[in-house]
Amino acid sequence: MAKLTSNSKSMSVDTKQQPGRRDFIVVATYAMGAVGAAAAAWPLIDQMNPAADTLALASTEVDVSKISEGQAITVTWRGKPVFIRHRTPDEIARANAIDGSELPDPQEDEARVQRPELLVVVGVCTHLGCVPLGQKTGDVKGEYDGWFCPCHGSHYDTSGRIRKGPAPTNLEVPPYSFLSDNVIRIG
Amino acid sequence: MSAAKFSNPVVRWIDHRLPVFTMLDHTANEYPTPKNLNYMWNFGSLAGLSLVIMIVTGIVLAMSYTAHVDYAFESVERIMRDVNHGWLIRYIHMNTASFFFIVVYLHIFRGLYYGSYKAPRELLWILGVVIFLLMMATAFMGYVLPWGQMSFWGATVITNLFSAIPLVGESIVTFLWGGFSVDNPTLNRFFSLHYLMPFLIAGVVILHIVALHRFGSNNPIGIDTKGKQDTISFHPYYTIKDIVGVAMFLLLLSVAVFFFPNAMGHPDNYIPANPMQTPAHIVPEWYFLPFYAILRAVPDKLGGVLLMFGAIAILFILPWLDRSPVRSARFRPVFRIFFWLLFIDAIALGYLGGKPAEGIYVTLSRIATAWYFLHFLVILPMLSVFESTKPLPKSISEPVLATTVAAE
Ligand code: HEM
Ligand code: FES
Repeated sequence: MAKLTSNSKSMSVDTKQQPGRRDFIVVATYAMGAVGAAAAAWPLIDQMNPAADTLALASTEVDVSKISEGQAITVTWRGKPVFIRHRTPDEIARANAIDGSELPDPQEDEARVQRPELLVVVGVCTHLGCVPLGQKTGDVKGEYDGWFCPCHGSHYDTSGRIRKGPAPTNLEVPPYSFLSDNVIRIG
Repeated sequence: MSAAKFSNPVVRWIDHRLPVFTMLDHTANEYPTPKNLNYMWNFGSLAGLSLVIMIVTGIVLAMSYTAHVDYAFESVERIMRDVNHGWLIRYIHMNTASFFFIVVYLHIFRGLYYGSYKAPRELLWILGVVIFLLMMATAFMGYVLPWGQMSFWGATVITNLFSAIPLVGESIVTFLWGGFSVDNPTLNRFFSLHYLMPFLIAGVVILHIVALHRFGSNNPIGIDTKGKQDTISFHPYYTIKDIVGVAMFLLLLSVAVFFFPNAMGHPDNYIPANPMQTPAHIVPEWYFLPFYAILRAVPDKLGGVLLMFGAIAILFILPWLDRSPVRSARFRPVFRIFFWLLFIDAIALGYLGGKPAEGIYVTLSRIATAWYFLHFLVILPMLSVFESTKPLPKSISEPVLATTVAAE
């Protein structure tokens, strides 16, 4: 018994002086435990990300020929509103009247449209996600005649670009393509 | 810790094996409490009562509530119209949530006035701020459950706050939503967490009380108790005083529940959620308004979010911002003025948060926001150095005895 005690004592003195195999085992065990815990936690955390059916959400097809000049419609894509506006020549001219590089989120109007008269943007304010006003006749359209977000006062122009207010970026242009002359597919 | 002092043999038998009665006895009869506590010390027990009411009514509501975007609104209406006493239970849950915040705000301002956050009660204070944060998260998620217009747009705006974080912001928001907008997965997880968090709060409350019992309550004159002459036992003196507070609380709560059940709510939340249309004027629940005002005061998205969270985070380091050795504002004439200015500032922020973000309201919000941070970051540290405080009494008994002598 006495021998064992003295033995273990000298051993602990040894380990203090220079890291030995025992320290390696201890560190490796902790590391293994940490990796295991992280691996076990991952499914519990990742389950909160969009599920397969949510990701597989269908794209939206829209017949845009029915929108007359100066009119706008709202369609749903991925649970969000998408604004489609058939712009008047005046609205297009106003969007191009300003040098896009001087804006808060610099972008030219032509980079935001496939056909100048048809503007397609996600109708979600880039500040904190409200739906801006300006789709219906009689809506407040803001100081730049595009859209106005009433939540915290963001003004968008006729190209959906942010001009004034707390929103950091322009209204997002969703991916879309023309299936025919009249029909676009969003997504 | 002798179990023998209980006369009931069953109590004695249990206590010998599980000393719960000894613990209760210790809290009620042995735990020394300063004898000069005023009614500002009632709000702790009232906060505890509020939590119990929330948990009891919440568990009962959950028996009739359906967490699905197609049924949530209807199930709440069914609770209001068809479920036996459902209207009562829901109105109690709704209004006690508001009362809970009133009580906790008063509890916090009590601490600010009497310097209860100072050594050795820093951790007690920090645990309190943690409870406050958990309460805000719980109330926010609860408000989403009825799935009205305010539920939906409140959830949208608040979760979008995280999109301000550079690089990973968007992924975090998608993660919180479980999709590309606030939708059914969001509602489901909010219900799950809304059920969980009150029990986490209860856990932190226990730690809060353990920390409290380490050094006991602070008191209106803010000096340490010096011995038996300064203290009285909790029971019956403070149990009876707490019951007076409870009676007042329940009286006022009943007035709200039975006569003005929707006064602190928003009519738009009786309109079912519509993801395609934001209400013209969205406001959070009243208890979030001061923080909402700070968010909107800043013209920059990330800046606004940072200041809003900063307004709460600053409370964590308060014990180290205010270095004055004197706790109670009674002996700090200059601090006292600034305390009331902060109080008015907080009310002003609350008022401004409920107004539209335009014109004079924006300017005023900016001034009030600046003042809030100035108070904590500049004024308090400066006062700690420059203020000349009034002389402190030698003990709690001294001023009490002095007034008695003077009165005779
Ligand atoms: C810290 C404690 C709690 C707070 C601050 C809180 C807050 C809230 C709030 C503000 C609402 C919205 C009320 C409305 O406008 O309709 C709500 C709803 C709800 N809460 Fe809680 N709650 C708490 C605890 C609980 C617990 C423990 C449960 C148990 C599951 C629960 C279950 C529910 C349910 C089912 C609803 C939806 C029904 C309704 O809207 O009335 N709550 N809660
Ligand atoms: S959400 Fe549009 S301005 Fe804030």
